[in-house]
Formats: sequence, C-alpha cells, structure tokens
Amino acid sequence: MKLLTANRLSDGEAVWLAAGGRWVEDIAQAEVARDAETEARLEETGRAAAARNEVVDVNLIDVEFVDGAVRPIRLRERIRAGGPTIHPELGKQARRPALAPV
Amino acid sequence: MYRYDEFDHAFVKARVAQFRDQVERRLSGELTEDQFKPLRLMNGVYLQLHAYMLRIAIPYGTLAPRQMRMLAHIARTYDKGYGHFTTRQNLQFHWPALKDVPQILEDLASVEMHCIQTSGNCIRNVTADHFAGAAADEVADPRPYAEILRQWSSLHPEFSYLPRKFKIAVTGAERDRAAVQVHDIGLHLKKDSSGRLGFAVYVGGGLGRTPMIAKKIRDFLPEEDLLSYTTAILRVYNLHGRRDNKYKARIKILVHETGTEELKAQVEREFAALKDSELKLPQADIQAIDAYFAPPALPARPEGDAAVATAAAADGGFAAWLGRNLHTHKNPDYTSVTISLKGIGEVPGDISADQMDAVAELAERYGFDEIRVSHEQNLVLPHVARADLKAVYDRLVAIGLATSNAGLVTDIIACPGLDYCALANARSIPVAQEIATRFADQTRQEEIGDLKIKISGCINACGHHHVGHIGILGVEKKGAELYQVTLGGSGDENTSIGDIVGRGFGPDEITDAVETIVETYLAHRLDKDEAFLTTYRRLGAAPFKEALYGREARAA
Repeated sequence: MKLLTANRLSDGEAVWLAAGGRWVEDIAQAEVARDAETEARLEETGRAAAARNEVVDVNLIDVEFVDGAVRPIRLRERIRAGGPTIHPELGKQARRPALAPV
Repeated sequence: MYRYDEFDHAFVKARVAQFRDQVERRLSGELTEDQFKPLRLMNGVYLQLHAYMLRIAIPYGTLAPRQMRMLAHIARTYDKGYGHFTTRQNLQFHWPALKDVPQILEDLASVEMHCIQTSGNCIRNVTADHFAGAAADEVADPRPYAEILRQWSSLHPEFSYLPRKFKIAVTGAERDRAAVQVHDIGLHLKKDSSGRLGFAVYVGGGLGRTPMIAKKIRDFLPEEDLLSYTTAILRVYNLHGRRDNKYKARIKILVHETGTEELKAQVEREFAALKDSELKLPQADIQAIDAYFAPPALPARPEGDAAVATAAAADGGFAAWLGRNLHTHKNPDYTSVTISLKGIGEVPGDISADQMDAVAELAERYGFDEIRVSHEQNLVLPHVARADLKAVYDRLVAIGLATSNAGLVTDIIACPGLDYCALANARSIPVAQEIATRFADQTRQEEIGDLKIKISGCINACGHHHVGHIGILGVEKKGAELYQVTLGGSGDENTSIGDIVGRGFGPDEITDAVETIVETYLAHRLDKDEAFLTTYRRLGAAPFKEALYGREARAA
C-alpha cells in the first residue's frame, strides 16, 4: 500500500494527496493506493501539482494499517506525519498527539 | 564588534531585494523548483521534513544584543517561538514559510545579519574560539582575521562554485577551542621568536563519512600573508579537487590522494606568485579591522572575589555553576560566562524567544553588549565582572538557563537529526535528552568530570560525533534506528578521531551503553584528576569493549 506525499511550496508544510486531488495536512485523510494503477494515478496527479507549483518533493511512500489507522512503514515518514518527537507542546505534534511516530 | 560600512549595507540590501524577486517569481511559477533551488540555497533556505529551514550566519559566533533581539522577534513572528544554535555557530529556524523569508531577510539586514553562504559549495561562515578577545591564555583575538576572511570570501567570484563546501576556523590560544584540525583550513594564531603574529596553517581536516585530521602545511605564516596563502590553497583545491564524486570532493580527499608534501609544494608555488600581489594585507588594514574588535573598557571591580565567595557559601547552586560555567578572563576582575543551552531533558542548542530577549538584556546590563555562540551549542557572555556574577546567575535561574554543566556529561552536542533533517537516518535529540536525564544528578556529573558526548543523526556528522570523547552516530538498519558508538575522539589541539567500539545499540539500549562506558571509566581511572579521555588513551578500547560486549562475546 502506498500514498503520495509532498511539501507545499508556499510554506513547506508536509502534505498528502487525498481523493479528488486535494492536498491535506493530515495523513489519515490521504488516499491509499492498493494497486499499481492507483499508484500511477496518484503519481500523475502529483506530477501535475508540482508542475502547477503547488507542491515540491513529491514521493510515493509505503504504508500499512495499524489498528485501523494508516501508518508509514519508515520512521522518517512517520515523523513527517506526526511532527518532531520533541517539543510536544508545539506544532502538529501538539495538534495530533495520536500520530506520535514512535 | 564589526559594524557594516556603507558598502556592506548596500550589498546586503541588494541581496535581499534580489531574493525577494526570486521568491515572488517562484511562487508565481515563473521559476521552476530546479531553477529556484540553487538560488534559495545561496540564501540559506533548505527544505526539510516538515517545513523550510532558514540558516542565519553568525560570523565567528559573535552577536550583539540588538541582533539577538531581532532573532527573538523573528522566532515569534515567523516561526514557532524558538531557534536552534548549531555546531557551526549559526542559528537555524526550523519552521519559516517561504513566502515570509524575504521579510525575515530584510529584518535581519536591519541589524547587519544575513544568510549568505550558509549553504552551497562556497566558503561558509568562518568560525572562531567563543572566548575570543577575553580568554587569559589568548595570543591574539582571532576574530579580526575571521572578519578579514569573511569580507574577502563573501561572493568571491573565483570561489563561489568550489568542488564542495569549504569551512575555515581560526583559534587564538594554544588551547584550540575552535576545532581547527577538523576544518578544510584551520588557522592557529601564534607568535614567532621575534614576537610577530602569524598562523600555523592546517589543511584538509574534516568529519563526515571520511573523517580526517588536517595536515599542518605551514608552521608559521605571517599575518600579512593570510589572504594570499588562503587564496593559494583554494586555487589548488579549485583546480584539482574532485568534481566527479560528491563524496570525494572535499579538500581532505585531495590532500589525502595528493599527499601532504606534494600538496604543500603546489600551494607554495601558487603562494610564491601571489605573495607580493594586492592580496598582501597592509598593516593599516589589519589595524582598521582590529579596532572593531577592541576589547571594551573594563572598569576595575576588585570587590568581585569577596562578593562571589559570600554568595557561593550561601547558595550551593551558585557554587556549582561557578565551578563549571566560568572561563578565565584576561582581566582578573572579570570572567567569561557560559550560558548552557543544555538544560536537563531540553533540546541541545534550542532557545526560546523570551530567553533570547533575556540573554540580550543580560549582555546589555552586565556583559558590555557582547554575546557569543559556541560550536558546542551554548552561549557565552565573554566579559562579566565577577562582582556581577550572582546577579547574572539569579537571572539565568529565572529564565531556565542556569544549568551548571559546561563540559560535563550532560553538555551534549546533538544535530537536529531525524526530528527535522531530510538527510538524517536516526534521531539525535531524544538520545541526548535521555542521556542527560540519566546523568542529571549534579554530584554524579561532577564526579565523572570533563566528558564530551557528541551525537549525529547521519554520517554527515553535523553533531561532530567523530571528535566526541564518546561519539554516537545514528544509522538506519532494517528500518529501525541503530546507534554506533565511538570512543576517544577529541576536537582540540590534540585532535583524534574516535574508534568504533563494536556493534551498535538500539534506541532503548544506547543510554545504558553510555552508562556502562562511564562506569567502566570510573572503575579504571587512576584518580579523579584523570579525565575520561586520558584514561581511554592510556587503556585503549579493551576494557570498554569487555564491559559492553564481554558477556555476549564469551557466550558466542
């Protein structure tokens, strides 16, 4: 299973591609690709968004489901989704403690 | 400190306007990311895991209070209320929006700061001893030479596209506090037998994936030859440094592959042609820059010793702080104060906007308007009257910056690691936090004595792990974090690269491993005066390996 991630051009915020080509700040809302066809479609949408200068650094990442919630396989991507594992009072790690990466 | 002249102001202002235009063109889509990326990097703007990162140059780690206040303003207005001091004596903001960066740069320019050459394959911020201009053991203040190098290297057309980045450090006392032997060029100020000032010149040091100790190619370079000799080194590097492989492009590889004698001969040949050129520094020019760094007029404050003794007798916390966080000043009524940014369980190098303002106020009130950033991620007030120490300490207690751990086991260097950095393979900061918490007890820390732990979250070694007495390198193995330990590194006048001690440790094992190493040292040291590094150099790795792996090695 994969989903598509990028950083928003204007502020660098980590974002994930959701249904309908929207970029969301919450990985839980991202569209999960379960087959090669969907992966290709997500990638094409990402390429087009990068070409429109909405996002940069577009990547497909591997995910799994843990207790019904989507979770990136790599720690790096879990930290991108949940925020730094320090300064728990600040930023997205404060807004979404449930996404704590470790 | 150095003040911008008209030329400097116009130059930085023009650069801000140029970048404002570039950002506008990027946001409007006129520039592609491929076109824009090198431009943003030239202005210190990186893209990391969660956001952009802005790296601000702090030349030779010298800051004025008005500059610190501006950093606080930027932290509050455009970031999340804090900043991070780095091992390069710079400051990083980890959350700025690209659209705000031009305004941040304009705010910085108003206090004579910028982000130029904090990235890219150019000559980066020149670093220096954080006690410069104050230390009792100093031969001369290294900062005027660092400033001359800064002016000469800023947008130097010949050296803006080097094979790779290039770092120069200058230190001014016999004891090297700027780690000059792990820089591309290290300059160690000294006097010759006739009392002339000059430098021992080291070339080809560096950390990263191929750590190398620099080679001394000149025992004494007269000060007037600083720019001609540096130019000669850079010309040899620019011509022969490898551009085919990023990992072999630093000058350390060139020195290693060429051989020190041959490289030295090449540099001397270039130097012979440049020695009497316009690069020769006139005494008047050196003196003009020197004047900017004239020490403040320090009034006699002989009451300090008695005041300190009385206060220390009444306040154990103050006494502990005096024992660790002071450095001997040229003037016996004064001292240099280390403000530890290593509170137990805090993030090494991080400082809140309110703390920045408070430090600025302390520098104005008690510190003759001077603040320094150390490569060990602490701050320094270089000139404080001993008579004012209690007042300074009390204020530091109030703002949470009075940790008495300078040089102790909890004074840990850590890079941002995988919590922020796109290059990292593992986290550094949580490891530092856990080790500091384990060794929090002040008595225990003091019993252990001088011990430098340095942690990097990837092989690029921003956390200087190779020169940690205990170095910790985070790697990724089978999708998990693993920490490799090195022992016996040191980044001073007796520089050494640490030895890998054995297999790595998981995140839940690394603090125990560090504790085992520390306990092994305590069991083997001759007495309390034998520091960790001395014991390690005397005994080698064997007893530490035995303590860490002995049982499992025997079981295997």
